[in-house]
Amino acid sequence: MLSNYNYLPHTQEDRAQMLKEIGLPNQEDLFSNIPKDLKECFSLFLPKAYCELELQSRMLELAKKNIWNGDYISFLGAGCYDHYIPSIVENIASKVEFLTAYTPYQPEISQGTLQAIYEFQSMICSLTGMDVANASMYDGATATAEAVLMACRITKRTKAIIARTLNPETQDVIKTYLNGPEIDIDVSPMNDEGITDTNKLKELITKEVACVVIQMPNFLGNIEDVKKIEAIAHENGSLFVVSMNPISVGILKTPGQYGADIVIGDGQPLGCNMMYGGPAFGFMACTNKFMRQLPGRIAGATLDKNGNTAYTLTLQTREQHIRREKATSNICSNQALCALTSCVYMSAIGPKGLKELANISFQRAHHLATKINNIPGFSILTENFFNEFIMILPKELSEETFNNKMLELKIIPGINVSSYFEELPRSILVSITEKNKLVDLYLFISALKDISKSLGLG
Amino acid sequence: MTIEIPNNTYCTKSHEYITIEGDTAILGITHYAAEQLGEIVYVELPEVGTEFLKGDIFGTIESVKAASELYMPVAGKVIEINETLTSEPELINDDCYTAGWIVKITGFSQDDLIDTLSSADYLNHIEE
Repeated sequence: MLSNYNYLPHTQEDRAQMLKEIGLPNQEDLFSNIPKDLKECFSLFLPKAYCELELQSRMLELAKKNIWNGDYISFLGAGCYDHYIPSIVENIASKVEFLTAYTPYQPEISQGTLQAIYEFQSMICSLTGMDVANASMYDGATATAEAVLMACRITKRTKAIIARTLNPETQDVIKTYLNGPEIDIDVSPMNDEGITDTNKLKELITKEVACVVIQMPNFLGNIEDVKKIEAIAHENGSLFVVSMNPISVGILKTPGQYGADIVIGDGQPLGCNMMYGGPAFGFMACTNKFMRQLPGRIAGATLDKNGNTAYTLTLQTREQHIRREKATSNICSNQALCALTSCVYMSAIGPKGLKELANISFQRAHHLATKINNIPGFSILTENFFNEFIMILPKELSEETFNNKMLELKIIPGINVSSYFEELPRSILVSITEKNKLVDLYLFISALKDISKSLGLG
Repeated sequence: MTIEIPNNTYCTKSHEYITIEGDTAILGITHYAAEQLGEIVYVELPEVGTEFLKGDIFGTIESVKAASELYMPVAGKVIEINETLTSEPELINDDCYTAGWIVKITGFSQDDLIDTLSSADYLNHIEE
C-alpha cells in the first residue's frame, strides 16, 4: 500500500528493516504508549489518495469557490491595496539568486542581495524623509510595535500613546508585543471627523509618555493634523512616530517633512500582491540621531581594499550576536524577498510614477465620494482623505444586506468598519487605486442609486 | 606601549577609571579596556545634569568587536561630557586618560571610592 505514495522517501522494505532493527513487529507498535481512547479521537478520516491529475482538478474546483479581484470589482483597502504591479517586478524578484526570506548569514559573499537591500533602504529613506532605514521587518504591525520599544529605549520612558485611528489590528499587535516589557498603552480618541482629537491628546499626554503613534493617512483614510500632534509630542519630550502608506507620499508630504522621529509602515502597497492579506513586509526608518537604537539588519555601502564599491551589514553592535540580551531587538530575520520585490517595484515606477498613481487614486476616490454623497440615504464621513473614505449607509440598510447585494453584482464594496469602531455604525471603508477604472466607479454608483431607490429614498 | 595611569586615579573591575580633581572627577575607560575593545567607533554619552547612582549605566561604548556599557564607579551628577567623542571616538584608543575622557561629575562622596582599586592594584588585577 505504502509503495503507492511515490513521494515518501522510505519504501516498505526500508520500514520493515528499521522495525526489525528495533525489534517491533509493525509500525503501530511505535505508538503503543499513546492511550487507545486518545488515539481514536485523533483518527484521521482521510479520503482516498488522489493521483496528480485528480488532485489538480480537485484543487481547481476548490479554487473556483474563491472570489477574487480579477473577477470582481474590488474596493477593499484598509492597509492592503490592489495597486497594479508591472510584470517586470515578479520576473526579477523570482530569480533564484534572490530566493530567501533572510538577510544572508554569510553576507559579504552575497553582494547582489546586499546591494538590493541597500537600494531598498535608500528608497525607503526617500519615501519616509528619514536618514536611515533598516532591511525591513515582518510587517507594518510588528514594525510599529518595534518603534514603540525603540522610543521607550531612547526616552527611558515606559508608556506610549497610540491613536484610536491607527489600524485596529496593529493596535492589537502593539498590545500583545508590549505586554511582556510592561509598557503601558493609552489610546488617544478620535473626533467626529475621524481624526485624532488633539485637545484630548493634550490632556492625555504625561511625562511618562515615550511616543505618540499615529497613522498617515489614518485607518479611516483621513489626513491627521500632523503639525499639531508633532508639537504636542515634542513639547512633552516624546517622540513622534508615524505609520504611513508609502504610496500616499506621491502627493502628501513625507513624515520627515513634518517632524517625525521614527517612520514605519506596511510595504504591501509597494508591489506585493494582496495574497489574502499577507505576507508582505514592514519598513522602518528613523533620523540619524536614533540610528543606533534601530532594530533589525542594516546594509551599508563601503569600499573594499582595492577601492571598489562593496556592501556590508553595518551597525551590527546593535544586534543580538554582539550585544546579547541588550540588543535593540531579537528580530534578526525579515521579509527580505518581499522587500526586494518592492525594491524592484519602486525602481520600475520611479518617483514620477508614484506621483501619478497617488494622484489618480486620490482623484478617483474623491470623485466617487462626491457622487456617493449626492445619493439620497448615503453619505461620507469627511472629504479630508487620500484614497479611501468612510461611506455611511442609509439607516434602513444593514451592512450585511448591503454587502450581499453588492456581491451579487460582483462588487466587493469595502471593509465593514463598524466591527472595529462602535462609534462608526453602518460605515464601510471604500478604497480606490489606479486599478479602479472609471467604469467600475459608475457601476458602483449606479448600484448604490438602485439601492437608494428600492429603499424609497431616491 | 603602556600608558601610565595618572595620579589620584582609581579603577574599577569593570575597567572604568575615575580621576579626582578636587570637587570634580573625570571618568573614562582604562587603557587596558580600550585595547581590549579594539577600534572604538561610537560612544553614547549621557546628558549633562543627569544624576546617577553608583553602579548605574551612564553610557555605552561600541567598538568594531563589541558594545559595552559604562558603569558609574561612584554616585554623582554629570557636569560636562566630552562632545568631541561624538565625531572622534578613537580618542579613547589614542589617549584615554586625557583627550579621551568621557564625562566629568560632581557631588560624589569619597566613601564611594572604597569599592574601587588603586592604580597599582588595578594593574595587578589585569595581570591575573
